[in-house]
Amino acid sequence: MRPFTFSRPEAPALAIAGKDAASRFLAGGTNLVDLMKYDVERPAAVLDLGRIAGLREVTQAGGTLRIGALVTNADAAAHPLVLAHHPLLADAILAGATPQLRNMATTGGNLLQRTRCHYFYDRQTACNKREPGTGCPAIGGVNRIHAILGASESCIATHPSDMCVALAALEAVVVAQGPEGERRIPMAEFHRLPGNEPQRDTTLGERELITAVEIPAWDYGAHRTYLKLRDRLSYAFALVSVAAAVTLEGGRIAKARIALGGVAHKPWRVAEAETMLQGQAPGEDAFAAAASLILRGAQGQGHNDFKIELARRAIPRALHQAAHATPQSHVEKRIA
Amino acid sequence: MPDDLSPRGPDLLSVPITVNGQERHMRLAPWTTLLDALRDTLGLSGSKKGCDHGQCGACTVILDGRRVNACLVLAASKEGSEVRTVEGLAAPDGTLHPLQQAFIAHDAFQCGYCTPGQLCSGVALLEEGHAKTPDEIREWMSGNLCRCGAYPNIVAAIGEVASR
Ligand SMILES: Cc1cc2nc3c(=O)[nH]c(=O)nc-3n(C[C@H](O)[C@H](O)[C@H](O)COP(=O)(O)OP(=O)(O)OC[C@H]3O[C@@H](n4cnc5c(N)ncnc54)[C@H](O)[C@@H]3O)c2cc1C
Ligand code: SF4
Ligand code: FES
Ligand code: FES
Repeated sequence: MRPFTFSRPEAPALAIAGKDAASRFLAGGTNLVDLMKYDVERPAAVLDLGRIAGLREVTQAGGTLRIGALVTNADAAAHPLVLAHHPLLADAILAGATPQLRNMATTGGNLLQRTRCHYFYDRQTACNKREPGTGCPAIGGVNRIHAILGASESCIATHPSDMCVALAALEAVVVAQGPEGERRIPMAEFHRLPGNEPQRDTTLGERELITAVEIPAWDYGAHRTYLKLRDRLSYAFALVSVAAAVTLEGGRIAKARIALGGVAHKPWRVAEAETMLQGQAPGEDAFAAAASLILRGAQGQGHNDFKIELARRAIPRALHQAAHATPQSHVEKRIA
Repeated sequence: MPDDLSPRGPDLLSVPITVNGQERHMRLAPWTTLLDALRDTLGLSGSKKGCDHGQCGACTVILDGRRVNACLVLAASKEGSEVRTVEGLAAPDGTLHPLQQAFIAHDAFQCGYCTPGQLCSGVALLEEGHAKTPDEIREWMSGNLCRCGAYPNIVAAIGEVASR
């Protein structure tokens, strides 16, 4: 790691006042410290958020579940309010990383974790995300883990988070505080597509601090699943993952929400597919039609061509699990 | 991306951390990880450095009651914390922790490099109560890799202590 100065601001306002383009907030450190060791991140100053009070609470008011930015992934997944009101979020978190990492990783840091693209991590290679304008060696290179949806000629990276896929399906809102005050950013607008600015993962401002995420009320109970398909049964990033929740009325789908992970620069959600499912009886034809809508325009890069078919099969399977109230267990790996 | 490469530091910070019940005062550069502080500053070389990137679990220690990868923790961010390492698992009189005993009884290691991390992770796992079935042990020990492949015996050792 390169030398940096270290401080521990004790209030959000102090953290924001001390933040500039050359500094980084430190939360769990599981992504930032790793990237600093690879010399991908080279902050002049690290501002540790650990002393800031008021960012570690999970609360519920008026039906909205609020999770503080410094709540660890482990605490969020085990919190009674999360388990009671948004178990899909707990499922997704528990499908990610390891117990050790989840004990360190935080809500805010998870939202802002960077891609796992091999070239992004390797300073010896070009990468538009790491150094804009240098090129994208993943295009035509090793791209098994890369995007099949929403990619650009500048970057085909994916966002690696599991937690964010559930937050996208649940239409969560990111609460951020900056020099101009507080802002609420819907998940759909929080992460960006790469376009010609792949260095920008999100729409968060340089001096903005995430303080919480809020999830609106929706009682889907056991009618949910987080289906994560990966190279190992545990402890691997998603090749394709699906967060799905439905509510049924009189044997028909009243509401469906679906988001995909591992396939794009952001959690992938297609509202048209959700609207199409509304009023339909749950069944393989409707699920396959939803998959077609979600995957419209999907394009492989060579090594990752298989992801299109994998997703085409994973979406109906996840919708089946949600409709039958048989959420995927992260311990018992058999897929219902 | 921040790219100011001008020299900074040394800027040593005073970092008091309680390690295995003993308060230790260290003067550390801000970029010192908890793992390097334990091994190089305190001479507690039980915690191992496998990958140094949060991937292998060899550096697992119990920080304020939670197992973490010490290689990704900046020590300066943990002043005032309590750390338990493999050196602190046995009783003060040297009696091994039940899980250490079980590792011996089940031959749960070969080279032993991953073992301190497996033990700290396993002790925390038992305290968390996530060791009810072999599947559950496998899933909740997934953050500790073993190049020697002692997994079946590690699962058996943890399972035995959990079932007591
Ligand atoms: C070996 C390994 C395996 C993993 N596997 C998975 C997996 O399977 N699934 C998965 O989803 N994730 C996985 N992860 C990633 C992990 O979930 C993230 O690293 C973690 O969530 C990041 O959170 P953190 O608190 O440690 O962030 P940090 O590393 O502290 O910060 C990350 C970024 O967010 C910024 N930041 C942090 N908090 C705030 C805030 N409140 N406001 C503004 N900016 C902030 C930091 O400045 C930094 O740029 C894995 C990580 C590792 C190392
Ligand atoms: S896919 Fe994106 S992150 Fe990967 S090399 Fe190309 S520009 Fe960089
Ligand atoms: S040395 Fe820390 S996880 Fe490998
Ligand atoms: S015993 Fe050799 S790595 Fe586990």
